[in-house]
Amino acid sequence: MSAPDPLIVFDGVEKRFGENVVLRDLSFTVAPGEHVTLIGPSGSGKTTILRLLMTLDRVTAGSITVGGESLSHAPNEKALSVVRRRIGMVFQQFNLFPNMTVRGNLVEGPTRVLGLSKDEANARAADLLELVGLGEKIDAHPTQLSGGQQQRVAIARALAMRPDVLLLDEVTSALDPELVAGVLALLKDLGETTDITFLCVTHEMGFARDFSDRVMMLDGGRVIEDAPPERLFTAPDHERTQTFLHAILSH
Amino acid sequence: MPLWDWDYALAILPDLLLALVTTIEITVLGSVVALLLGLVFAVLRRAHIPVVDQILAAFIEIVRSTPLLVQVFFLFFALPRLGVTLSAFAIGVVGLGVHYATYTSEVYRAGIDAVPRGQWEAATALSLPRRRVWTGVVLPQAIPRVLPALGNYVISMFKEVPLLLAIGVVEVVNAGREIGSQTFRYVEPYTIAGILFLLLSYPASLLVRRLERRSVRT
Repeated sequence: MSAPDPLIVFDGVEKRFGENVVLRDLSFTVAPGEHVTLIGPSGSGKTTILRLLMTLDRVTAGSITVGGESLSHAPNEKALSVVRRRIGMVFQQFNLFPNMTVRGNLVEGPTRVLGLSKDEANARAADLLELVGLGEKIDAHPTQLSGGQQQRVAIARALAMRPDVLLLDEVTSALDPELVAGVLALLKDLGETTDITFLCVTHEMGFARDFSDRVMMLDGGRVIEDAPPERLFTAPDHERTQTFLHAILSH
Repeated sequence: MPLWDWDYALAILPDLLLALVTTIEITVLGSVVALLLGLVFAVLRRAHIPVVDQILAAFIEIVRSTPLLVQVFFLFFALPRLGVTLSAFAIGVVGLGVHYATYTSEVYRAGIDAVPRGQWEAATALSLPRRRVWTGVVLPQAIPRVLPALGNYVISMFKEVPLLLAIGVVEVVNAGREIGSQTFRYVEPYTIAGILFLLLSYPASLLVRRLERRSVRT
């Protein structure tokens, strides 16, 4: 049986900010349903990969496709929007809309972008809030929630768009330590119960090991190692990966 | 002749109150122009549209660098030559509105800049249409922050309305001047005019201060 067509394709991607080259000739693919974790030191380009996929930044050279459609060189805004809505993102700082209730945050995308009726969007919001354990907070404002609760709402908001790809950008970094486990457990559960493709940037190596099908180690804008977690965490090939893991695991 | 004549003061009060209505009307309509046009200016400048951005920047700079009185005279004397005939009242509304729009646009800009970048990014991540990003996410967060500053400009505009006596608008100070010129008693009409301004401006400024305190808390 042949391998499925990749869902995400990075082909020779370069990203510069002025003179600063953040990603260099980066090529990789991600299969549908795959869970890929990006690790590496600060400035290695992990978050930039997610931002390029979410079109928050544009590639300097090379191309990105999702499901065979060009994301980096979409012919127009409408075509870009069609590809982009297959992707969701959860941010480190949650970025919930503080002028809306939790319900408002969850129904905004489905009603305005997917064209769902208010009733449909409300039902979807209620189901997702139950899923993330915050059913009773549907009419709360984000400022009335703890960081962990806000991040759960942010995950629910991304899921409300029924994305094929979910990008997780250090989603526990801004949380108090006692709130991290709950969010990671939720993500693991989502990983096991959905066929969403995950790209995840995290410093939680235990989570990366349990959650990922592949771990990509980045350094200086390049992927220096790409392996299943059980191999990368126990017997990394690259010396830079060894020193990085040693530093982060002994921290 | 006494400095203050109560009978005279009471006799002229209805005319001054009537003129105060004109002052308030100009302030309200001018504020609508200033608040809406300022918002349009701010959003357009944020869009960084080539040429439009430069023209708008130059226009704002010119308006802010020249006296309001000169602008009002310009509208009053130049517009008829261009075939546009407006009443002095309308010129007052447009003149004050456009002049203050260049200031309110800066206020809005500050409010928009204060909306965290993550909010724009979250809206992009949801693929929200551009218009909805503005109306549903950015402006509802930006405008409450700048309400006190906008309120201060409305109060400031209210106090600038007497400038329009230069083009013959019968607002409260001009009404006082006309009454004084007929009776040769100026103390009462100008004092009453001042008190009327105070009675409206002071509560308004208290309201603005309250808004400021609330915006600091939130």
